[in-house]
Amino acid sequence: MTNTPPPPPAPTGDILLDVRDLGIGFVDASGTETIARPVDGVSFSLRRGETLALVGESGCGKTLTSLALLRLVPAPGVIDPASRVTLNGRDILTLDTESLRALRGKRIAMVFQDPMSSLNPVFTAGAQIIEAIRAHERVSSSAARSRALALLHEVGIPEPEARIDQYPHEMSGGMRQRVMIAMALAPEPDILIADEPTTALDVTVQAQILEVLDRLQSIHGLAILLITHDLGIVAGRADRVAVMYAGKIVEEAQTEALFAQPSHPYTQGLLASIPRLTGPRSQLRPIGGTVPEPTRWPTGCRFHPRCPQVMDRCRSDPPELLQIGRDHRMRCWLAEGS
Amino acid sequence: MLPWIAGRTAQAVATFVVATILIFMLMRLAPGDPLARLMGDRPMTREEVATLRRLYGLDQPMIAQFGRFTYGVVRGDLGTSIEYRLPVTRLIRERLPASLLLGGTVLVLNFTLGVWLGALQAVRLGKRFDRWLSTISLAGFALPSFWLGLILAWLIGVKWRLLPALGMMDPLLPQDAGALTRALDIARHLVLPAVTLSVVSIAATIRYQRTAMIDALAAPFIRTARAKGLSERRVVWRHAWRNALFPVMTLFGLWLPIVVTGSVFVEQVFSWPGLGSLAANAISGRDYPVIMGTSLLAAALVIAGGWLTDLVYAVLDPRVRHG
Amino acid sequence: MNRVAEILRHVRRSPEGRLGLIILTAIILAGAAGPLFLPDPLAQPDILGGANLAPGTGHWLGTDQLSRDVLARVVSGARISLTVAFIAVALSITLGAAVGLVAGYVGGWVDVILMRVVDGALAIPRLFLLLLIVAVWEALPLAAFIVLLGTTGWFGTSRLVRGEVLRLKTEPYIQAAEALGARRHRVLFHHLLPNTAGPVLVAATLGVGNVILLEAGLSFLGVGIRPPTPSWGGMILEAQEVLFVAPWSSVFPGLAIVLTVLAVNLVGDAVREAVDPQHA
Repeated sequence: MTNTPPPPPAPTGDILLDVRDLGIGFVDASGTETIARPVDGVSFSLRRGETLALVGESGCGKTLTSLALLRLVPAPGVIDPASRVTLNGRDILTLDTESLRALRGKRIAMVFQDPMSSLNPVFTAGAQIIEAIRAHERVSSSAARSRALALLHEVGIPEPEARIDQYPHEMSGGMRQRVMIAMALAPEPDILIADEPTTALDVTVQAQILEVLDRLQSIHGLAILLITHDLGIVAGRADRVAVMYAGKIVEEAQTEALFAQPSHPYTQGLLASIPRLTGPRSQLRPIGGTVPEPTRWPTGCRFHPRCPQVMDRCRSDPPELLQIGRDHRMRCWLAEGS
Repeated sequence: MLPWIAGRTAQAVATFVVATILIFMLMRLAPGDPLARLMGDRPMTREEVATLRRLYGLDQPMIAQFGRFTYGVVRGDLGTSIEYRLPVTRLIRERLPASLLLGGTVLVLNFTLGVWLGALQAVRLGKRFDRWLSTISLAGFALPSFWLGLILAWLIGVKWRLLPALGMMDPLLPQDAGALTRALDIARHLVLPAVTLSVVSIAATIRYQRTAMIDALAAPFIRTARAKGLSERRVVWRHAWRNALFPVMTLFGLWLPIVVTGSVFVEQVFSWPGLGSLAANAISGRDYPVIMGTSLLAAALVIAGGWLTDLVYAVLDPRVRHG
Repeated sequence: MNRVAEILRHVRRSPEGRLGLIILTAIILAGAAGPLFLPDPLAQPDILGGANLAPGTGHWLGTDQLSRDVLARVVSGARISLTVAFIAVALSITLGAAVGLVAGYVGGWVDVILMRVVDGALAIPRLFLLLLIVAVWEALPLAAFIVLLGTTGWFGTSRLVRGEVLRLKTEPYIQAAEALGARRHRVLFHHLLPNTAGPVLVAATLGVGNVILLEAGLSFLGVGIRPPTPSWGGMILEAQEVLFVAPWSSVFPGLAIVLTVLAVNLVGDAVREAVDPQHA
C-alpha cells in the first residue's frame, strides 16, 4: 500500500508554513520566571502537498512544537515572543483571537493521538463533524450533514448513515480515529498535523489508518506534518524528516537520504532500534538512557550523556546545525570532521 | 437496563425498611415518656393515664408496638399528633405545599446560580474571582441558617422594612384580593427564607460544579474543540460544560431532601408554614408521632433522591446508557 | 503516623490552611485562658440596670437580657463547643473505623447486616436521628448529648474504612505475604493505617465543623446544651426575644460560630488538598 511514495517536491516549491526559531518556555507558578525550555530554537518549513515527519522520543518537544503552530500550548508553556510561525506569509503568533479561531481547523487541522479521549463523549460523531464544518462556513445543517456522511464514507467507515449518530464510546479505536480524521478534513484544511495518529491503535488498524491518510493526502493535496516516535512509519511516507532531541532539531534530510545515511548518533540509534522483519535479530539495539527533563538539559550537546561517540568538546560546547550534504543538516561535532 | 432498574429499586426499598426500623427503635428506646407532654398539661388520674397509654398502644409489648407502627406505615397511617389532635399524614399533606415552594425555589436558585458560578470559577481558575468566590462559599458553609435568618429578619424585615419576615401570607390582605396580588404577596414572603436557605446551601453546588468543570476543561477533547476552530465560548459552555453537568446532576437528587431537612431552622425562624416548622414545633411540643412522621418522610426523600439520581444518570449519560 | 505528619506539614504550608490554624489556635487559647480574665459568664450582676447594655467599656460585647457579659459567654461557649465537637468526632472516627474494620475483615453476613444498617442510618438526616432520640428525653445530660453526637456521625467513616480493607484484601502483595506465611491480619493492618489516615483525617476535620453547627442548631431548638451552660446556639435562642433591642447578644455568638466553623473548614480543605491533590 505504500509502494508508490509521491515524488519529492522541488526544494524551491512554494513554502506554506514556515517556522523560525520557535522557542517554548515553562514558567513558574508566578508566571514570571522561565524554569525550563522544552522547545528551543526549532526551525523548519512545510511545502504545499508534502509530508514532513517530526521524529523523536516522548519528551523531546515534538508535540509541544506541533501545538504551538495552532497556539494551543498548554500552561505553563509560553511561546517565546521572538519566535515566528508564518502561514502564507502571515504571522500566526500575532493573530487576534478571531483570526486565530478562523485559522484553526480551516487552514491547519489536527489529529490527536488518543481518539477516545480526544472526541467529546457526550456528542455523536456526526454532531462533532458538522460542528467543525459550521465553525468555518455558513451552511445549512442538512448540507453539513450530507457532507459529514460523505467524509465518513471517504475515511472508510462502513454504513456511515448508521455510524453518524453514534457516540464515540460505541465505536472501536480505529473507527474513532477515522472519525477524528473526517472531522479534521471537514473544513478542507491546507495542512494536517497528525500527532502520533496510530500510537494508541492495534498494529493492523495502524496500517489502515495510515493508508487512509495517504489516500486523502493525494486526493486533497494536503501538506502533512507527521509527529511520531516511530521511524518505521516514516519510511516511504514522508518526503522529509526532522529528528528532534531535547527541544532541538538534531538532523534534517530527505527521507531517502536519512535512511541511506543516518549521520547523527541519535538518528543512528533510533534507526537501530526499529524492529525489522528481515535481517538478524541482533540489529535491534535500543538507545541507552532516557530523554532528560527539560528543567535540566545537559550542557554542551544535549545528547552527550547518551552518545556512544561522545568527545570532550561535546560536554561543554553546544554544536550548531551544520550542512553535511544536499538538503542534509545535523547538529553534531562529528559534522566538522566529515 | 431493566434488571438494573429493578435491582436499584429493590435496594431503595430495603434501605427504607431499615430506616423505618431505626426510626422506631431510636424513638422508643430513648429515655423519657412519650406521653410526658400530655400528662404535664394537667394533673391526671391513674385511670386516665392508663386510657391514654392504651389509646397510643403504649401498653403493648415493644414488638407489638412495632408491628402496629409498620402496619400503619404500610397503610399510610402515621398516627395522631399529640399537639394538634390530627392524623400526622393530614398535617404533612397540609404543610407539604409550603415546603415544596420554599425547597423548590432554593433548588432552582442553587442549580442555576450555583452551577453557573461554579463553572465560571473553573474558567477563571486561580484568578481573583475564583479565589474570592471560594472563600465566600466556604463562609456560606460555616453560616448557621437560623442565625443568618434571624439577622436578615431583623435587618431587612424589621429595621428597614423592605420585605415581610414572618409567615407566608399577609393576614391583612383583603378577602377579595386577586390571584396576582396573592401570588405577589407570597413571593415577597418567600424572598428572605429562600435567600437564607440558598446562601447556606449553594456552596456545595458551586464547589462541586467547579471541580467537575476543572476536570472537563482539562480533558483532551477540549483541545480538539479548540483545534477545530470553535470560539472559546462554545468550547467552554458547550463542550466542557455539557460534560461537567453530569456529575452535578447527582447532587440534585441528594439535595431533594432539603424540602424537609434543610428548612427546619429556616422555617422555624421565619414562621414559614411548612414541614420544617412542623418538625421544629413538634420538638418543643414533644409531639413524638409528628417527629417520627417527618423523619420517615425525610428518609423517604433521601432514598428517593438517590434512586432518582441514579436513574436519571443512566438515562441521560450516553456512556452509562450503553455501558 | 508519618502520613499524618506529612499532611499536617502541607496544611501549615498552604495559605488557607495556615489561616485556619491561626484562627483555630486563637479561639482555643481564648477558650482556655479567657475565663481567667473575664467576668463569670453565669453571673447576673444587675438585672434591672445592667441588662441589654450596648457594647462599650466594661462590657466589650455588651450584656444580655439577664445582664450577663456577652464576651464572657461567647468565650465560654467556645470552650463548650470545641470540647463537645472534638470528643464527638473522636468518638465517631473510632466507631466508624471499628465497624468498617469488622465489616471489611470478617465479611459475609456480618458485613451485609452492618452495611444494610449503615445504609438505613445514612438515609435518615443526622438532625432527625438526633431529634428522634432527644425529643422525649427530659433532662439530657451534657455527656449523653456528646455521646449522641458521636454515635450519629460514624456511618460515612465506616464505609470508607471497609472499602479500604476490601481493596487491600485483594492486593497482590497482601496475598503474597499471606502465601509466604506472614500473619495476614498483621500485614493488612500494617498497610491499612497509612492508606486510610488521609481520607479519615479529611472526614474528621470537616466533621468537627459539622458537629459545631449541629450542636448550635440543636441548642437553638432547646434540645441540645441546656441553660444556664453557655452555648452559642443556646445564647442565640435566649437572645431571640431581645433581638431588636439588644442585637449584640445574638450577633456575636453567631459570628463566633461562623469564624470557628470557617477556620475548621479551611483546615479541612487544606487536608483534603494534601490527601487528594487533583480534586481540591
